[in-house]
Amino acid sequence: MSNLRLIARLDVKGQHLIKGIQLEGVRKVGDPHDFAVRYYQEGADEILYMDAVASLYDRDMLLKIVERTAQDVFIPITVGGGIRSLDDALTLLRAGADKVAVNSAATLNPGLIGEIAGKFGSQCMVLQIDAKQKPTGGWEAYRDCGREHTGLDAVAWAIEGARLGAGEILLTSVDREGTRRGFDIDLIRTISDAVSIPVIASGGMGKIEHLFDAVLTAHADAVAMAHVLHYNQLSLSDVRKAAQTQGLSVRTLAQEMILV
Amino acid sequence: MKRVSIVDFGAGNLLSVLRAFKHLDAVIDLASTPEAVERSDRLVLPGVGAFGACIEGLEERGLVEPVKSFAATGRPFLGICVGMQMLFEQSEEFGNHAGLGLIPGRVERIPPTGAGGRPHKVPHIGWNALHKPPGADWQGTPLEPLPEMTSVYFVHSFAARPANPSHRLAECDYNGVALLAATQRDNICGCQFHPEKSGAAGLSLLARFLELAA
Repeated sequence: MSNLRLIARLDVKGQHLIKGIQLEGVRKVGDPHDFAVRYYQEGADEILYMDAVASLYDRDMLLKIVERTAQDVFIPITVGGGIRSLDDALTLLRAGADKVAVNSAATLNPGLIGEIAGKFGSQCMVLQIDAKQKPTGGWEAYRDCGREHTGLDAVAWAIEGARLGAGEILLTSVDREGTRRGFDIDLIRTISDAVSIPVIASGGMGKIEHLFDAVLTAHADAVAMAHVLHYNQLSLSDVRKAAQTQGLSVRTLAQEMILV
Repeated sequence: MKRVSIVDFGAGNLLSVLRAFKHLDAVIDLASTPEAVERSDRLVLPGVGAFGACIEGLEERGLVEPVKSFAATGRPFLGICVGMQMLFEQSEEFGNHAGLGLIPGRVERIPPTGAGGRPHKVPHIGWNALHKPPGADWQGTPLEPLPEMTSVYFVHSFAARPANPSHRLAECDYNGVALLAATQRDNICGCQFHPEKSGAAGLSLLARFLELAA
């Protein structure tokens, strides 16, 4: 596989970086731009912004945050939350996003996946799946920040999304999000083994061992981290060193180049 | 002040490349006409998405011949991602498409399996280390400031295969398959990876490109 990607996930609401629990119960953490710049300088492989509200007013705030960030951060930036059309995607890409993550609108209109991939390339189209365990086993994909049922089986939806042209899957366990109890390993493994596109594990990282599980047991190609970074429980360089010690392949940073 | 022109044919990464050069305090011209391409000191050809669509974007604006003429002036020329793939003669992405033919060779789909025959993920997305193929010399190229094994950011499903091994400037290893990461022929350089998204390493590559004598 390619190098494991270490992604800093920043959920934003209005002009604030927030951290929720199971996508609800929100606390303000700080200025998203400043956090993103810090993570870039500390060696994040990518930045992921997720707009938690996505109202029209907040949309302008989000665009401003993306614009400011893209001027200072020279690694890939993915933006998700509230993307309903090709135009929404274009606006974010113009503002400085490299990829867009689409969830709700794609579950309602799967054709949007192919439209975005066809216009901007599959590399740009990240299918965001927020999955919850079903009482009967398996997982269901949820939309609207984990609040609404879609009736879609998460695994079947991942396979269909890849077929329609998604270039990556951002897979969040709603059950684990913000709990720091670790990723939903069965979920990530099932989907990662079912699709040939990369899968980003998200939701639940509380300590470094959780990352090892996500990669070694669940075959994730990338790991999104939020809480552990925002609250300084782990730094990106701790994560990178620990991953290397564990024998995981991650990118090496040339020390002398970090501050160019 | 260092001047650079970026070919503007609607490529998706145009603004990212622009922002990176702005960060380096370059004087930037967006070249969307034949005249603007011809008067460039240094030219960057960006490009993401489908090869055929990128070539069409150049054709619609009448930029194919001006870009080729620029390449023949000996002034510094850098292709990025699909902008690099277009330097070659042909791509097999969604049918066969002719490229600019500035470097002999073809663009082919990344093999679906690694060296051991185990399936791997395509596109190849993420940071990967740059290797020097035998005989490659980065002196005098935009890669000069990068130590070997520097990691840079890739996202691609197709990779170029130069007909002449001496045009292989850098490779990356994808599960035992050597993929072309950078190419150089005389003044023409191309990167499959995205220097504008490769952090400090990528910025130093672009800074070096700005220092190449026009």
